[in-house]
Parts: sequence; structure tokens; C-alpha cells
Amino acid sequence: MPGFGLTLGYTIFYLCLIVLIPLAGVFVKAAGLGFDGIWQVVSSPRVYSALRLSFGAAAIAATINAVFGLLVAWVFVRYDFFGKKLLDATIDLPFALPTAVAGIALTALYSGNGWIGQFLEPLGIKVAFTPLGVILAMTFIGLPFVVRTVQPVLEEAEKELEEAAASLGATRWQTITQVILPTILPALLTGYALSFARAVGEYGSVIFIAGNLPLKSEIAPLLIIIKLEEFDYAGATAVAAIMLVLSFLLLLIINLLQGWSRTRSGARA
Amino acid sequence: MNRPVDHTLQDPPKLPFEPLIQKNAVITEARWVRVSLTAAALIFLLGFLLMPLIAVFVEALRNGIGAYFEAIVEDDAMAAIRLTLTVSLIAVPLNLVFGVIAAWAITKHSFRFKQLLITLIDLPFSVSPVVSGLIYVLIFGAQGWAGPWMSEHEFKVLFAVPGIVLATTFVTFPFIARELIPLMQAQGTDDEQAALSLGANGWQVFWRVTLPNIRWGLLYGVLLCNARAMGEFGAVSVVSGHIRGLTNTMPLHVEILYNEYNFSAAFAVASLLAMLALLTLGLKSLLEWRHGNELAATRRH
Repeated sequence: MPGFGLTLGYTIFYLCLIVLIPLAGVFVKAAGLGFDGIWQVVSSPRVYSALRLSFGAAAIAATINAVFGLLVAWVFVRYDFFGKKLLDATIDLPFALPTAVAGIALTALYSGNGWIGQFLEPLGIKVAFTPLGVILAMTFIGLPFVVRTVQPVLEEAEKELEEAAASLGATRWQTITQVILPTILPALLTGYALSFARAVGEYGSVIFIAGNLPLKSEIAPLLIIIKLEEFDYAGATAVAAIMLVLSFLLLLIINLLQGWSRTRSGARA
Repeated sequence: MNRPVDHTLQDPPKLPFEPLIQKNAVITEARWVRVSLTAAALIFLLGFLLMPLIAVFVEALRNGIGAYFEAIVEDDAMAAIRLTLTVSLIAVPLNLVFGVIAAWAITKHSFRFKQLLITLIDLPFSVSPVVSGLIYVLIFGAQGWAGPWMSEHEFKVLFAVPGIVLATTFVTFPFIARELIPLMQAQGTDDEQAALSLGANGWQVFWRVTLPNIRWGLLYGVLLCNARAMGEFGAVSVVSGHIRGLTNTMPLHVEILYNEYNFSAAFAVASLLAMLALLTLGLKSLLEWRHGNELAATRRH
């Protein structure tokens, strides 16, 4: 095939220019702070609690998404109902809807006098401007990851195996937990990790509903912005470096999970 | 030969009773389980995904249709719309050219560390939008590496349009490449080899063989890339400086209006972005239904 040198050369050049060199800048700057410098920033109560909220809320949101994403994927693959095709398209809404729009819409719905918030408030459940709101927004933006990862694997799962299980006397519940679930487990975990990774770094949809109270409902990306506005470049870089390292670790885990998923089901997850 | 067919011979004899085991009864759930699972999924989708969308339009029209259009044609809003269009008109073609070239290099040739290259191209997806903005502040900011040189030559990147374009290009970097790579991998190089053996040159092969093969996948990637480029908030927010009428994109304008408690105007501008999202989803579904077999099998974002 012609054009190998030229196209590969341009690919690497553009990749370095836009992505690799700017990203490396964070690590060069962070290295300049030294380990002690980074530790000093991260161990401050405000940064620590922001990182804890970002990762904790993301883990909870990803768990909710794993449950409901699996339910939605199951219903869409296995059952038939009116308007299925149309609803299937709306699952990608959180991908397509700009995060700021999602953020103000969720806040309008779940604030004390919002459509949904007014029913939750009397029950003593405050969603907007609390960590609960952070989890809610993270769940919203992460849902498609689980559905879209599990759906194709579930579609390609062999029904013969289920028939075999049933003919051998397994109850439906046993078939689901011991035949179907192991098949889709790698895909489900991949979806969980993708949804978690997206939620950790999420900014636009979260800041409106979070209320952003320091030590309580302030997420790590917002703290980076606050530090930048205070011209505390070193502090911002330290937080960013921690987040980058953790997201690269996640990326590695996702790649391993996808490899496992491919060998487990033969399907592309 | 137009002999009428006697259908009674082909139909199986009618049973005097309903068959006990319905088709596939062993591999589905009891009816009440199916109904309640479907209901739970639908309530979740409607309540959780669709309600925010509806809320955007209801809130936007709260003060009437007149106020709605006023909020959109107002000078700062128009400037924001123009800037958003400009930025995506630069960032999307940049990534389009890169996506096609990268996919050509990766899928039509074999070389070492190919998987590593694909992972690196995907990298921007796993970076927080805020960090994506921060990296350019570290380079072009007043305290940044290129900062002093920039101010000496009166060339502004940060808090100006070039910075917004750069940040947008970064966050939308992988969209088109990652749509094309699996598609072109699946298509292989047979068509191109045939064209080459018939005497076509590289350029002709690309324009007449490869491009027609990947056009729907390419359009699909452009759609997703554009939606993200126009809607990007976090990264742009870091580099823009929020100067009204100058460096405010539509999502940033929404934020400013919202923080000024000008809710109906904020939702009016937001409704334009929501319509863009609906248009994207509609076109995307249309492509999947019409040309599903010409799109990459892996459709994840």
C-alpha cells in the first residue's frame, strides 16, 4: 500500500503536537514540584475531600449504571415493546447533549421547587446542592457506556446454551445467573470502568447541581479551575497529575478487560 | 404456469388444543417478570433521560415565545453562536483529515507498536475536560513555557479563539479516527490491492476505492465529533477567559446567563444545543438503520 511513510509520519506528528507534548507538560511541571510538593497539595483537606468525592461519587454512579444499564440492555435485547427503536436511540442522549445543558436541566428538575425535587424534599431527600446531586449527574452521563457495552454481547450470546441449560433441568434463575451472567460479565465490568472513568473527570453536568461547597460538594476538576483562577498553577498541576495518573491506570484496566471480554465471548465489546 | 396453490396441503393440521410449550418458552421469563422489567426500564429511561430534555424546552419557553427569541437574537448570544460554529468549523476538519490519514496508516499497513498507537489516539477520551484545558494554560499561560514569547510577539492563544480551537481539537481528537479504524480493519486491503494491480496510483485508490467504502462511517464520525465540538464545556471554560461577545461559546454563554439567574434566557440558548443533540441522534440513528453494515461494528464513544 502506498503512502506509509507520509501518513504514519503525519499521524505521529499531529498526535505529538495536539496530545502528547501538551500532556507531557503536566508531568514535567508536576515533576518540578517534587514528590513532597505534590503531597503537600494533595494532603490538604480541601483537595483530599474533592478527590474523595470525585472518585467516591463516580464509583457509586458507575454501580447504579451497572445495575440499570444491565436492566435496560436486557429489556432492549430480549423483549419487544412499542417504541423500542425510538427509545433505543435516546439512550445515547447523554453522549449527544452538551454537559452544561444536562447540568442546568438536572438542577431545574431536582432543586427544591423542581418537578422531581418538590416530591423528594418533603421526604427529607435533598438532591441538588449536595453530594447526592453529584452522584445523580454522574449517573446521567455514564449510563450509555454500560448499555452500549453490554448490548452487543447480549445480542450475540448463544441462545442454544440457555436451551441446553433449561433442558438439563436448570430453572430460569439458575440459567441467568450461571450461564448468561458469566458471558456478559467482562462487558459489564468494561462498561462499569468506562462509566467510572467518564464520571471521575466530569465537570459540566456536575458543577451546576453540586452546589460546590468546599469540603462537602466540591469535585476535583472544579478545584483545578479554582486553583487556576487563583494563579496557583502548581496546585492545579498537582491535582491534574494525580487525576491523569489514575485515569491512565483506568485506561489500562479497561484495555485488559476488553481483551478478556473478547476471549470470553468472541464478541467485540 | 399459474396453477393455484392448494394451501391446505402446506399448512400443518390444526391442533384441537393450544400447544403447551410455546416457542422459546424455556429461554424467556414468566410474563409478569417480562412486563415488570420492561416497565422498570421504561420508567427509568423516561424519568431519568427524557425528563431533563423536556425540562430544557419547558424552562426555555417559560416567559413566552417572544422572550425566547429575544434571548437568542441578542448580541452576545449571536456572538456565542458564531464562535461555536467557527470553532467547530476549524476543529472538525482538522480531526477529519487526521482521522482519515491515521486510519489509512494503521489499517492499510503493518508495523510494530500499532496497538500502542491506537491507545495513544484514544488518550484524550480518558482525560478530564478540565485537565484538557489546563495543559494549554501550562504552555501558553502568562507563567507558561511559551507565555513570555507569546506576549513579546503579541500573539494570543489563551483567552482567545486559538486556545478555544486547540482545546476543542484535543477533546474531539479521537472521534473520527476511532470510528474509521475498526471499519477499515474489517474491510481489509483487497479492494485497494486490486485497484493498484490494475494500475491506479495511490491517490486514485484513495479517492475512488477507499473513500466510497468508508463514506458512511466517516459521516458518522463527523456527526459525533461535531456534537462534542459544539457542546464542549469544561476544556473550553478553562482556556476561554469568558469574555462576553468575544470568547464565549454557546455552552459558556449558557453558564453565564444561568449564574446571573437569567434562567429562561439560559435555557433558551441551551435549547438550541439540545436541538443540535436531537438532530445528531436522529441522523446517527438514520445512518445506523440505513447503512448499519457499512459502519464499524464497534460503536462506542
